[in-house]
This record gives sequence, structure tokens and C-alpha cells, in this order.
Amino acid sequence: MLKALQIEPEKCTGCLQCEMACSYRAEGVFNPAKSRIKIFTFHEEGRFVPYTCTQCTEAWCMHACPVEAIVYNEATGSKDVLADKCVGCKVCTIACPFGTVNYDQDSGVVYKCDLCQGDPECSKACPTEAITYVDADHTGLDRMRAHAAKSAGLDAQQH
Amino acid sequence: MAWTQKVLRINLTDGSIKQEPLNMEWARDYLGQRGLATKYLTEEIDPKCDPLGPDNKFIMTTGPLTGTMSSTGGRYSVVTKSPLTGCVACSNSGGFLGAEMKAAGWDMIIFEGKSPQPVYLYLENEKAELLPADEIMGTSVWAADEWIHKKHQDPLIRVATIGRAAEKGNLYAGVINDLHRAAGRSGVGTVMASKNLKAVAIRGTRGVGNIKDPARFMQAVSDGKKVLHDNAVTGQGLPKYGTQVLMNVINEVGAMPTRNMREVQFEGASNISGEAMHEPRESDGKPNLVTNAGCFGCTIACGRISTIDQGHFSVENKPEYWDASGGLEYEAAWALGSDTGIDDLDALTYVQFLCNEDGIDPITYGATLAAAMEMYEMGAIDKETTGGIELRFGNAEALCRVTELTCRGEGFGIDMGLGSRRLCEKYGHPELSMTVKGQEFPAYDPRGVQGMGLGYATSNRGACHLRGYTVASEIMGIPEKTDPLTTDGKPELVKAFQDMTAAVDSSGLCVFTTFAWTLEDIAPQIDAACEGDWSPDKLLEVGERIWNLERDFNIAAGMTAKDDTLPKRLLKDAAKTGPATGRVNDLDQMLPKYYEVRGWTADGVPTSETRKRFGLKALSA
Repeated sequence: MLKALQIEPEKCTGCLQCEMACSYRAEGVFNPAKSRIKIFTFHEEGRFVPYTCTQCTEAWCMHACPVEAIVYNEATGSKDVLADKCVGCKVCTIACPFGTVNYDQDSGVVYKCDLCQGDPECSKACPTEAITYVDADHTGLDRMRAHAAKSAGLDAQQH
Repeated sequence: MAWTQKVLRINLTDGSIKQEPLNMEWARDYLGQRGLATKYLTEEIDPKCDPLGPDNKFIMTTGPLTGTMSSTGGRYSVVTKSPLTGCVACSNSGGFLGAEMKAAGWDMIIFEGKSPQPVYLYLENEKAELLPADEIMGTSVWAADEWIHKKHQDPLIRVATIGRAAEKGNLYAGVINDLHRAAGRSGVGTVMASKNLKAVAIRGTRGVGNIKDPARFMQAVSDGKKVLHDNAVTGQGLPKYGTQVLMNVINEVGAMPTRNMREVQFEGASNISGEAMHEPRESDGKPNLVTNAGCFGCTIACGRISTIDQGHFSVENKPEYWDASGGLEYEAAWALGSDTGIDDLDALTYVQFLCNEDGIDPITYGATLAAAMEMYEMGAIDKETTGGIELRFGNAEALCRVTELTCRGEGFGIDMGLGSRRLCEKYGHPELSMTVKGQEFPAYDPRGVQGMGLGYATSNRGACHLRGYTVASEIMGIPEKTDPLTTDGKPELVKAFQDMTAAVDSSGLCVFTTFAWTLEDIAPQIDAACEGDWSPDKLLEVGERIWNLERDFNIAAGMTAKDDTLPKRLLKDAAKTGPATGRVNDLDQMLPKYYEVRGWTADGVPTSETRKRFGLKALSA
């Protein structure tokens, strides 16, 4: 059973614990500038929104790569960058419709979320469960449950 | 080892920019941030210097845990000599700028001299430039922030800047970062303005590494986060209500300073409380509070993001104030509301926005306005002075109008920018200034919380709750309950809180963690990150060293034991309602013992033995 990151922006406080956990695992430093997951602040609306790669099935980045440096990870469903194969051509960054694969000037290769090989640090670091790692087939389950409770006249927060 | 070990030294007079190594010997004695920058300041300036002259220095400083994953580890401080108090000032701020500065590779930035032209610092990792700021002089914090982002075409830059109040000489202007986080107290923004330095814009992409024992650090961080999560205050009360969780609590215990501290309970407190911020309003069915928000790395997230009712008189036809921004925290709500007798939540939120937009300290501002209202009601100042404003307690329109003038440094707002001590002296009623060493009180009346009175009297930056928050013990029972109305044991309690807080302030962490964390939770995080042995006892020793160093700075600046006092109103006029009815603050029962437990003479001067214990020497003035 594959799992996926489930993001619930309404729970996010913008603290960037996820960005630090991500960059620390990937780069060995606490560095939001190198995080694979990003928190966007919409100041005027007072909203914080985490965003990262959703691991497309037909991944544009993977298909666009001319040197097959982005590969499908069967164990996790993630599309992983092979840094030693990547030539830094950046075609994948153009191909990705969501902007979640990016180039790193320091290393000369691209980087993206690889679900930490099935144990995502961002979800473990999040203090408010705005980022959770759940059954990939049921990322909507909590919201369905809340609406189901509401439709039955129950207090959604209690269920 | 968590420090970057790099200091950026900028001479504004000649425009030179140099990099130098952090003095690691001092770092071992003073840890970082508040302590370490105070050490630099005392070594480098004459404590008697004019705080607004070129001889004062303006230091922006992080702690070793700033920019790390330690919960709340995003703090930075501004350390300088205060123009409001003449004491050493250290104003601490959250948001994201501190972590950005650290990620750019700097423990500390020291600004010296005075720039001949208005400038701002642009800092991108190792690249530092002073750029012309002519176009943003005379603009607000919010306008300057937007201008800098547009000019550099980089939305990820973090900006700290001053507003119009600082430029106009307001003595309690702060430095605002990330639009609504403030190094707010003691006029540190006024010092920045005096140097012709409008803003500091930082982009840091190096990150913070160099952790001594990464595995142990991550475990300590994780353990610490769990303690914060499981604690009722940091896990529930603060995220839900922010610091405003205190409004009703403090009012009930009879420690709510009201109408320039004439009273200790405010009948309108519940209307401006954290609970009220959750209530849907009549006009649009939305509550004042949009969401809570975390500063960098903070898993508590006490920050308030609010909106003002668009139909409220304060923002009618002013759509620029209809969006969400940083909302009321307890200190602002008290000073702008209870102390002025105003319980209009929307008016207070508007005024809070203005304080952020132009960078003034809402505590000192609210208390100064309260003093002005009292003088107006007694006839010491009149409509001619106020420019026609009916400056009575409870007048929300007057509050809004005077705030606009103060933030822009216009009309009666220029007088207001003096702070209450100078304002009350100017109009012949110095006794109405509710200050210690020239700085206004925060939100806890010391008649109802005895230990806080001693804390205020002895605070090294003038009246302040963040130098030793004995409310935690006296009201909330953290770490253990003491009776707020007794003076017994308070000298020891105040000292313990002051020393502990000085250490926390020097680490890069937020003092709000200490509602849940003790030094037993904090020390393992510092110890795993930093070289050296950082036990709780070592941290207390560092805290006490810092306290004595700050004291020595102030003594060299001209302060004496006579300045360790409270206004007569708090020492002579008894509380009229609530649990503290009939009580004054019994400072004289606590102060001599406090000097004794501090190892100071009866005149409040550290003895030579005490100085020797901490490796200090008397500062030559």
C-alpha cells in the first residue's frame, strides 16, 4: 500500500518546522532555502499553505528528463532524482506544472521531494498535523468523515 | 557548535564593512544574543555616551539556537543604549528575520557611527552592501518593506525596518521585522534612526549546521517539542488565545492596571480579551481572529492574525486596513485598552496595526496616552495642546486619532513621542508617569502581584515583565505556586527568574517556552548543539553573570539605588477593588534582601567578590 502526504492548510501555523526537518535530512543543515516542501504565507488573508511534490503517476518531470535521472521508486511511489545522473539541464523544472522540482545552484543538479524514502520528516516535524502521511488512496478520508458527521447532525470536531 | 562564529561590523560613518571572528571566549561566558551582545556593547561604548549620538552602537544579534529546529529558535535581539531610559537596552523579536540572519552566516551585526546619507543594509549571505534609502525615508514600515521586496525582486528577503515615528524622534520607536514582529521596547528603533539606517534586508541560503552532536540534538529537540505540546499553557492556551489568554485571568486577580494605574480592575476587560477575539461580530459574522501564527520554528504559535470590522469608524473608507495583519497581544490590549479605559476591540486592533505599520512600542505608547488622559482630565493639558482632541479616558476616537499623529510624528503626536516621563515633566506632573527608569509598566499591577513590583524596580531595562516573569509563579503556579500578595521569598524568586530569563534570552529561544520548559529541558538542547558543557547550573551562572554585567553598565551610565523604585501611586495608593484591596506594593520589604541575595552592597552595587565570581570588573565611566 502506497502512502501519500496529506496537506491540510487550515491547520498550518507557518512555523517552518517541516522546512527545517526536510533540509536537515536532505542537506545536513537547517536551511529553509533548501527545503523540498515550502510554506507559502498569504499575509493579507492570514493563511499559511504547505506545498510540495504530489508524486504524479505520469510524472512530467520524469518523462521530460533526457538522461533518465528521475526514476520511479516502487516502494514509495515517489519520483526520485538520481543526483549523480542529473546533468542540471533543468528541463524537468520547466515540465513540472506545479513548480515542485527545482535547481540548486550550489550542487548543479535538481532536487525534489522523495518522501524521505517512505518516512517523511516533514510530517513527523509538523506540530499541528497539517502534514500527515496516509494511505495514498484515501487522502480525502478525514474530510469525508467530517462531512459525514455533519450530514448526520453530529459535531464534526468530536468525530 | 551552532554559532557561525562570524561577526559583521559595519561602520556607517565611513561605509566600511568588515568580517571578524566571534569572540569565543566571551561566547562561553555569555552564550549569545542578549548576553554576548551586551558584553560587546560594554566593551565598545562608553556607558555615558549619548544614546542618539554616533558613539552609541546598534547591535543585531542571534543566539546559538537561532535558526535551528529547536522549538521557537528564531529569535534575534537588538542591543544598544536606550534613549528612553539611558540604560542598556535589549529588545527581543521573533518572526523570521533572526533565523534568516543566521542562515546567511552571521551571529551578530554591529553598526557603528552614523551614516552621512540615509542607507539600508542589503545582506545576501557573505555579500553586504549599504544602499541608498532616500526613497524610503519618511515612509512607514509596511511601505519600506514592500519597496525593498520590489526593488530586489525577491519575495524571500526578510526585512527589519523603522517607520516614520523613529525618524521623527519618537523615543520608544521599535524595529519591526516581517511586518508585525517587533524588537519593540526601550526605543531601539530610535537609535537605528539616529544612525540614518532605515532598514536591514537579509537573504540567507547557507543554513545553520555545525551542530556538535546532531543525533542527541534532534532527540532533545523532539523531547522539547513534546513537552510544549503536552503542556496546557503552551499546547492549548497560547495557541488558542495567544497571550490574550491572560486578560480575564489578570483582571480577576486584581492586577489589571487601569486608567493610568489608578485602578486594578477594568470593567471592560472581557470585551477586549482573547475570548472576545473568537466571537463572531454582528456586521459580517466573522471573528476578529483569523488564525494563530507561529514565528520561525515555533511549535506554540501564540501569534494573532486579525482583521478589523470594515464598518468600524476607525477604518471606514480605509481599505488598506481591511486585510489581515498582526493582531492584539495581551500587552498591547492592556496598554491600549484597559489603561486608557477603552474596550472597543476593533479600535484597539486598528491601533495595534498602526503601531506595527510605523513601529512604536504599544506598551509605552498606551501608558503615555493614559498619563496624557489623566492630565487632560485634571486640566494640566487642554484642547489647544491636543489640537482639539477630547483626550478623556474611554474615548476610542481620541485613541485612534492620537495614534495616527504619534505614528507619523505630527501635531500632539510629537509630544506623545516623548514617553510618559518626559511628557508628564513637561506639563508639570511627573508623579503621573507610571515608569521605572523612564520605561512604562507592562500589564501586571504590582499591588496585586508583589514580586513583579520588585522585578520592575530592579529590571535592567526599566519596567518590564520580560526580565523576570514571576507572574508565572505568583499567578499561574509555574514552576510552583507562590502567594501573589506576600513579599516573603520574593527576592529569591525574582532573582531566580531574572537569571533564568537572561540565559534563555541569550540562547535564541523564546521565553514563552518557560511556561512549560525548565532549564532541564533547555540545557540538553544547547549542550547538544554547542561546544562546552551547558548544564542547567551553567546556564544559571551565565544568566547571573549577564544580570551583573547589565547592572554594571547601568551604574556606569549613572543609575543608582535611588532608581530602583516605583511611582508613589503604587507605593502609597492602595488597590481599591479585587483580591489586593487595601494593598500597596511593599517594595521596601523586598529590596534590601534582594540586594543581599544578589551579592550587592546596600547601595545596590555588585561587591568585588560578586564581580570576581563572574569575572567582571567595575566599568570605568
